[in-house]
Amino acid sequence: MTARASSWSIRRRLVVQLALIAALLSIVFFLTLRVVAEQAASDTQDNILGASATSIADAVYLEGGAVRLELPYSAISMLSTISDDRVFYRVIADGKTLTGYDDLPLPNARIDAQQRRFETYPYRGSDLRAVVVSRRLSTGNRTVKVQVIVGQTRLGLAAISSRITTTAVAIGAGFFIVATALSFLAVQNAMSPLDRLAGAVTRRGPNDLRPLHADTPEELVPLVAGLNSFIARLRQALSRSEDLIAEAAHRVRTPLATVRTQAEVIHRQMKHPTNKKALREMILAVDESSRSAGQLLDHAMVTFRSDQLEMQEIDAADLLQDAVDRLSPTAELKDIQVTLDLPDKAIPIHGDVILLQNAVRNVLDNAIKYSPPDTEITVQLQADNACRMVFLDQGRGFGSTSLASLTKRFSRGANVADVVGSGLGLTIADDVMRAHSGTLQISSNAKGPGACVTLVLPFS
Amino acid sequence: MRHLGFAVLLTLWGTLGIALELEEQRLYPTPNASQTLRILSTADIEVFEPIILEFQERHPRFAIQYDVTSSAEVMRGLYEEEAEYDLAISSAMDLQTKLANDGYAQPYQSDITNGLPDWATWRNQLFAFTQEPAVLIVSTSAFANLPIPTSRETLIDLLRSHPKVFAGRIGTYDVRSSGLGYLFATQDSRNTESYWRLTEVMGRLNARLYCCSGQMIADVASGELAIAYNVLGSYAQLNDTPGIQTVEMDDYVSVMLRTVLIPTTARSVADSGLMIDFLAQMGKHPELADKTALPPVGALRQENTNVRPIRLGPGLLVFLDRMRRETFLRSWTSSMEQR
Repeated sequence: MTARASSWSIRRRLVVQLALIAALLSIVFFLTLRVVAEQAASDTQDNILGASATSIADAVYLEGGAVRLELPYSAISMLSTISDDRVFYRVIADGKTLTGYDDLPLPNARIDAQQRRFETYPYRGSDLRAVVVSRRLSTGNRTVKVQVIVGQTRLGLAAISSRITTTAVAIGAGFFIVATALSFLAVQNAMSPLDRLAGAVTRRGPNDLRPLHADTPEELVPLVAGLNSFIARLRQALSRSEDLIAEAAHRVRTPLATVRTQAEVIHRQMKHPTNKKALREMILAVDESSRSAGQLLDHAMVTFRSDQLEMQEIDAADLLQDAVDRLSPTAELKDIQVTLDLPDKAIPIHGDVILLQNAVRNVLDNAIKYSPPDTEITVQLQADNACRMVFLDQGRGFGSTSLASLTKRFSRGANVADVVGSGLGLTIADDVMRAHSGTLQISSNAKGPGACVTLVLPFS
Repeated sequence: MRHLGFAVLLTLWGTLGIALELEEQRLYPTPNASQTLRILSTADIEVFEPIILEFQERHPRFAIQYDVTSSAEVMRGLYEEEAEYDLAISSAMDLQTKLANDGYAQPYQSDITNGLPDWATWRNQLFAFTQEPAVLIVSTSAFANLPIPTSRETLIDLLRSHPKVFAGRIGTYDVRSSGLGYLFATQDSRNTESYWRLTEVMGRLNARLYCCSGQMIADVASGELAIAYNVLGSYAQLNDTPGIQTVEMDDYVSVMLRTVLIPTTARSVADSGLMIDFLAQMGKHPELADKTALPPVGALRQENTNVRPIRLGPGLLVFLDRMRRETFLRSWTSSMEQR
């Protein structure tokens, strides 16, 4: 059961939104830079034009009542310092053109602090930026109003403007790229606790129902708290049902034992073979029920203890020896020889003793149960990179049933329908191995008939 | 010279129905000419002909009509008469600048014009293709016992201390009639304070005024003049004439740039541009420069600090100002004529 990802992600949303903001800021930045820089360039041209016109106006003088002008060389040549722009000028005295271009119009748009008037207008095929500076000359009783117009085309300004635009575009684009990259990193950083939390949840084993202790930011605390409370409820429900099973098994086993004892007594007193046989089958059925109830109990305990293992060091040889000793009576009933093949030195392993005992007992019990009478079961202990406990029997094997389905609860091999069983033995062994980070391996016996079950426990 | 056979000599003016005063007109047809390039120029036919023939060698589809006139007529023709020409070549940098400034020239750009030094172009409309210095020439016979002046200050001292030698034997341009003379004189007045003193001294010694360089060189060579100031002469002409010596002043040497522009009346900017590219590359064809005796752009060493090329640009418009010209000529005349 997986959560369906809807069409958007927080990460993508954040990145896209931050990129849009960066783009907007870049554009604003670009426009501001352009406007300010072009205004500065335009002001520079105005100032040079103004200086030129002023210096021409200063050179106007009266000589014998006539207005004279010696056009200063620098006044015109200074205009070529920035660019190769065309230059026009006109000097007017009392409304009459004294010298220069007769048709140059009077600019009249912007007036600056020094009473200079500026205007941009078309003239002789180009846009001209022009300035007019006025001055009054007087000798004795005569006053002359002198106006000096100086105009310059805007080629240089256009070149500066295109340079500014290029620079502004480059800076704007650079700003956008850097801002987007940084916001991507910031989003990545901001999202990392969520990733960590998701990782902590998904990495958990199927039976891990401990509360989450991830280091989460404030915003995720309610989520974690909710999750933990959910886990606690789940745990409680699980444990309650395990308790129920254990209780039920216990309650079934005790009366069954009574029934069996009574049946044994009656069986011995019976004379009639038909009745005797029927009672014998009844005793076998009671045995099987008792065994199933035991396994249910084992399974409930394994499930419960898997969450909180009580780890301690034990000798694997002791573990096997103990299991073989316990089950020898059952094996002897069927005339089955159990051989224990142990190495000389002890093999210490780390694990929960009760669970490991359960696993080993169930595997051995299974082997005895499915072995025909008068056969042999070999239990070997091997240690290479892990501790291997191998159970070899001469029974019917597993046929074609897979390990995955065999270890499922209440699932049994396809070839054992004639033998009564609960289908919990291998499930219990598998659960215990998983809880110890080990594995359960099954295969057919390499030598002759039968099955081979191996419990593999890694050395921590 | 084989093209000369086809050349038609026309020494009439007004053949185009335009009131333009031409000194000379010559047509250079080619067998498979499809277009005619019309050039209005101040350079004499003899000087420019090798360039035309070499150009036609490379671009045989152009017939060329070469009209010679004065720089003032080039200006008047384009400015007032709307004369139809594909190229205008003139030694009057100031008038050419005014034509470009006032919108009578078309821009042209090519890899070759982009390769020209900054000072040799203006607005991609005006292209310099020669660098011609204004020099002092002295008669070797007159200076047999005199030190040769190397600056304007020493020249003034020399003229003052030997009035008998120099009275009536100094030649210079009449700036009232010669556009080039006026250009050199106004640049001198900007460059040095000594200029007006020099003019005074020359005026006091009854300097003779000339319209053109050629006559001045001839008169110095014949010994009639002892010295001529601000002479524009091709190197070949100066080196080949016996009896004269060329002096480049130490304080500074004014350098005139002969310029070419494409008038607004030109038929095709691209076609006119071919000639501009050709002229701009003259520095890379020394054999051509030798034939025409026009020193190409780049012939003068720029690191020589006393070489001062006259700058193209609006500064040249200043002395064309009606009032400024009036004032200048008034001062010059009163200095020169001592009235």
